[in-house]
Amino acid sequence: MTRMTPQSRFPLLKRRQLLAGAAASAAVLTLPGFVRHVRADGPLKVAAIYTVPVEQQWVSRIHKAANAAVERGDIEYVFSENTSNNDYERVMREYSEAGHELIIGEVFGVEDAARQVAADYPETAYLMGSSFQPKDDAPNFAVFDNYIQDASYLSGIIAGAMTKSNNIGMVGGFPIPEVNRLMHAFMAGVKETAPDAKFQVAFIGSWFDPPKAKETAFAQIDGGADILYAERFGVSDAATEKGVLAIGNVIDTQADYPETVVASALWHFEPTLDHAIEMVKAGTFKADNYGIYSLMKEGGCSLAPLGTFEGKVPEDAMKLVMEREAAIKAGDLVVEVNDEEPKSN
Amino acid sequence: MSEALEILFTASFWVAAIRIASPLIFATMGELICERAGVLNLGIEGIMVAGAFSGWFTVYMGGDLWTGVLVAAMTGAMFGLLHGFLTVPLGLSQHVTGIGVTLLASSLTYFSYRILLPEVTSPPKIEPFQPFAVPLLSDIPVLGPALFNQTPLTYLAYFTVAAVALVFYRTPLGVAVRAVGENPAAVEAQGISVTALRIGAVMAGSALMAIGGAFLTMSAFNSFFFEMINGRGWIAIALVVFGSWRPGKALIGAILFAAFDAYQVRLQQITGGVIPYQIFLMMPFVLSIVALVVVARRATYPKALMIPYQKGER
Repeated sequence: MTRMTPQSRFPLLKRRQLLAGAAASAAVLTLPGFVRHVRADGPLKVAAIYTVPVEQQWVSRIHKAANAAVERGDIEYVFSENTSNNDYERVMREYSEAGHELIIGEVFGVEDAARQVAADYPETAYLMGSSFQPKDDAPNFAVFDNYIQDASYLSGIIAGAMTKSNNIGMVGGFPIPEVNRLMHAFMAGVKETAPDAKFQVAFIGSWFDPPKAKETAFAQIDGGADILYAERFGVSDAATEKGVLAIGNVIDTQADYPETVVASALWHFEPTLDHAIEMVKAGTFKADNYGIYSLMKEGGCSLAPLGTFEGKVPEDAMKLVMEREAAIKAGDLVVEVNDEEPKSN
Repeated sequence: MSEALEILFTASFWVAAIRIASPLIFATMGELICERAGVLNLGIEGIMVAGAFSGWFTVYMGGDLWTGVLVAAMTGAMFGLLHGFLTVPLGLSQHVTGIGVTLLASSLTYFSYRILLPEVTSPPKIEPFQPFAVPLLSDIPVLGPALFNQTPLTYLAYFTVAAVALVFYRTPLGVAVRAVGENPAAVEAQGISVTALRIGAVMAGSALMAIGGAFLTMSAFNSFFFEMINGRGWIAIALVVFGSWRPGKALIGAILFAAFDAYQVRLQQITGGVIPYQIFLMMPFVLSIVALVVVARRATYPKALMIPYQKGER
């Protein structure tokens, strides 16, 4: 078995460039097998496979970055949404067979199968959302995730300054590492401004059940929470109905809840995707952890503008946010990564 | 521990319980009608998805809320017609057909959603049903707000239970529907068409299931999400058994299940994370199984349930 390594790909490329140069005859160029390997210019063929609809917060950020790359003319982009884990491997193979050069997606539920597909198509680059690390035996399989703990931490500082009851509700889908990490970072931020804050943590056992998330949020408001960490759709709705506040996660929903959402920790997938596009185009794509491109200093996450809450957050807290933001960007402050399941206290 | 008990005496807990119960009440009544007529309807989960979408979309397109409910009911009835046609005159396996209807209805819904709304970044919202406090009744402590400070769709759910019970036990039509699930030959002997009666019952039941789905997008929440029915249809099937195929008992079952669910989210908050959250999520289901074991032993299911009727066959 010969596997693609960055080194071994260069001779191949040279051969292809020669071939492309020599084969000025249109006949050769129209052969699909050759055309796609002429990597010198032209948009990269990118396919994405999502297990949820593109409206879902997390996936919507990937979709947005991909569409932006399409606008720039960097890539051609096709996607499959709502692909169940049972079908995931099949769809991956279909896109791989169809000659897409970079395939992005999320393999949280299909790690083994996805890595096997990658091994079967060594010429294709895979960039997958994953809870695991890249492995050397799959050199074309890189991983990423929304490591936006920097922004979550800053949003926590604001939440701590805004809570009056010192009681904060958090509704999550499942306690998987990336969810836990952001919750812990948020809680660490809260403790900066409200050291005695009490946290109510609940998981609803589903990514997609807004009515249930809403019910859970109602229960936390009944339990005294006056600010909610809105990890799921439905939480901000409960907050709005009961007149309490919410902190957004991954996307900015303030436009929908102008009186409710104080701040949001935003994820920007652009640095991750753009780096991958660059690497594939250069022929140097390898099994890296692209999670780092979600860090604040890479521009992978940010705190959404306060918008409707401009001037309503205590000044001291905002000063602290600026300070910490500068420290994070300068590399002086590293937000602690804690993937343990958070608990109510 | 006293904190855990206090929850049971708060009005907001019972408000939540009734709210969670409402879609289950519709779905359970729908399934109950189908099964009393002798047809198991496993299309319920998909029919709820279709109802959730069609009702919501009608309102999103500018329709009035009640028009949305009507459209949802009609969508449900259409899938009911399909299920009825396949299982009654054709006599196909009710299990397999039902699963097929669920797959068809949910896939068709997701497909329609994407065709109709290709470029949405976040799911569009509608102005849903708002709670309406019934004068006087809603002033009763604890139970008042729980039962009578809900949205109009919840009141429709109460009404549905009463209507189903009334029709079943006080009208000739009800006698005929019940009989067709026990002894279709006897119904045929009376000159009533078994096929028409059964298909009609499945259509009516499916319409109710669809309204149950629509409750989630038009009352409990204000937008449509893929997979938001999240197994509620399957719970309704268990609730029918729990209620021994009787509307009143099924209503109690639905409220009990919902109360467990409302209770577990509140308990999750006060135990301080000592007990894994999965235990709480499991609680309503475990208690339902226990209740089923206790109740279902004495349950008498409709004699002709899942037995296709062939005219003249002996």
